[in-house]
Amino acid sequence: MEAIEFKHLWKEYGDNVVLEDINLTVKKGEFVTLVGASGCGKTTFLKMLLGIENVSRGKLLLDGKPLSDEPDANRGIVFQRYSVYPHLNVVENVMLGEELAASPFLGRTFGAKRRKIRQHATEILEKVGLGHTIDKYPTELSGGMQQRLAIAQALIKNPSILLLDEPFGALDPGIRSDMHNLILDIWKETKITIFMITHDLKEGFELGTRLLVFDKYRHDPDAPNRYGAKITYDIPVGKMDDPTIHEIHNSILIKEK
Amino acid sequence: MKRLINQYPSRIGKMLLGLIPFILLMGLYAYASHERLAVNPNDKLMPAFSTIVDAVQKMAFEPSKRTGEYLLLEDTTASLTRLGVAVFISGVISLVVGILIGIIPKARASIAPVITAISLIPPLAILPILFIVFGLGEGSKIMLIVLGITPFLIRDTQLRVMELPEELIIKAQTLGANSWQLIIRVVLPQILPKLIDALRLSLGSAWLFLIAAEAISSTEGLGYRIFLVRRYLSMDVILPYVVWITILAFAMDYLLRKLSISVFPWQNK
Repeated sequence: MEAIEFKHLWKEYGDNVVLEDINLTVKKGEFVTLVGASGCGKTTFLKMLLGIENVSRGKLLLDGKPLSDEPDANRGIVFQRYSVYPHLNVVENVMLGEELAASPFLGRTFGAKRRKIRQHATEILEKVGLGHTIDKYPTELSGGMQQRLAIAQALIKNPSILLLDEPFGALDPGIRSDMHNLILDIWKETKITIFMITHDLKEGFELGTRLLVFDKYRHDPDAPNRYGAKITYDIPVGKMDDPTIHEIHNSILIKEK
Repeated sequence: MKRLINQYPSRIGKMLLGLIPFILLMGLYAYASHERLAVNPNDKLMPAFSTIVDAVQKMAFEPSKRTGEYLLLEDTTASLTRLGVAVFISGVISLVVGILIGIIPKARASIAPVITAISLIPPLAILPILFIVFGLGEGSKIMLIVLGITPFLIRDTQLRVMELPEELIIKAQTLGANSWQLIIRVVLPQILPKLIDALRLSLGSAWLFLIAAEAISSTEGLGYRIFLVRRYLSMDVILPYVVWITILAFAMDYLLRKLSISVFPWQNK
């Protein structure tokens, strides 16, 4: 069983403690949503999973082995912005992942090989609802369509972990719920492990199987960076009762103010 | 009546408004020239338009009595060749070095300081060295332009590379790109149009260095001709040459802009 383990994991920048003593096991196929006030370390947490921030102390393991300390094709990412390449059209954006693997020197394919990759990319695009725009450039797409494209682009590599950094934060509410359905469909179909940061607590409850709340549990007014954030709630989403929701909501709200 | 800041000229209005200053300048020149010539018909400083037209006729459309060449054509070809070769060399060097030090931290640590140092040398100050090393032929003139504009181009390219959103670089790695693939599929295509913009900006300096080099050592070229006829106070040749250089510079800028738009259509979508 594939799993991601955090063992006594700390993240510090000098005296500034961002995360302290995180202990967590996430099984393959879980859909984990991360919420918390700004600056509570949830982005740092995601960056460590991605491999662009190193671990200060403790261990971050995938299947018992340390996670690679630079990004690789095993971990897909969708950012809030700048997730797709402006110089490639929609289908080329999705083809990129396979073209890089097929052509080590040029990173570009031709002829039958290219047609095959293009076919595969088109199928994925149809799955995310972009089958009709494959020849457009990303800047011609709406924000929601760009995020669909970013998801399709990540999926072509069949990553075992998909990281989403506030992917729907900039979208309108209506489009956002479409995107929720899309990501749930993908998750059910591919059994991929998902970590998603969100600012929207409701989104955190609706999606996923497990909600993690990041929060500083101690606060020293004279040295605000002395203590880092911990995971203050770790709840299976199905078993959530209203008082708990309210409690979490308040704990985040207070920090935001 | 709308506020002035909200009033926009029509297409034709915009063209006419743009022409007015040119017409005024021409008129001013014609008047001043006329007044000076009325006082002294041998005045050479502000020749009449008819004199200028005669000079252009002689330089552009009649073969030179001495060499049998059309002088303006010969000068233009020589200058544009030097400029073109130099700008091409500079573009290639700055593309390679700029991307390298923009994306590879160790290359940046090693190469960026020396580029900064070189960029602080006034190129004209080392022109004598270039003459000694490359001789008085084409090499030294091309090298002067290359040395003059390349440091700026390299540093500009480096900054443009570093300005690319980090997300795009990380994303490429999650798609399995190695450093080389990342450079040729992600960085290079996004940097090329920006390099063309930088080349457009550096054309002004390139002309400056070209004319300086031609003035000092040459046997043909636009800069050479201007400095040659200066001895005879031939304003009737110098003025049209300056206008011609301006037109050439404008045309190069325009062509580079058009090239950028047609080769990289995604920029303006």
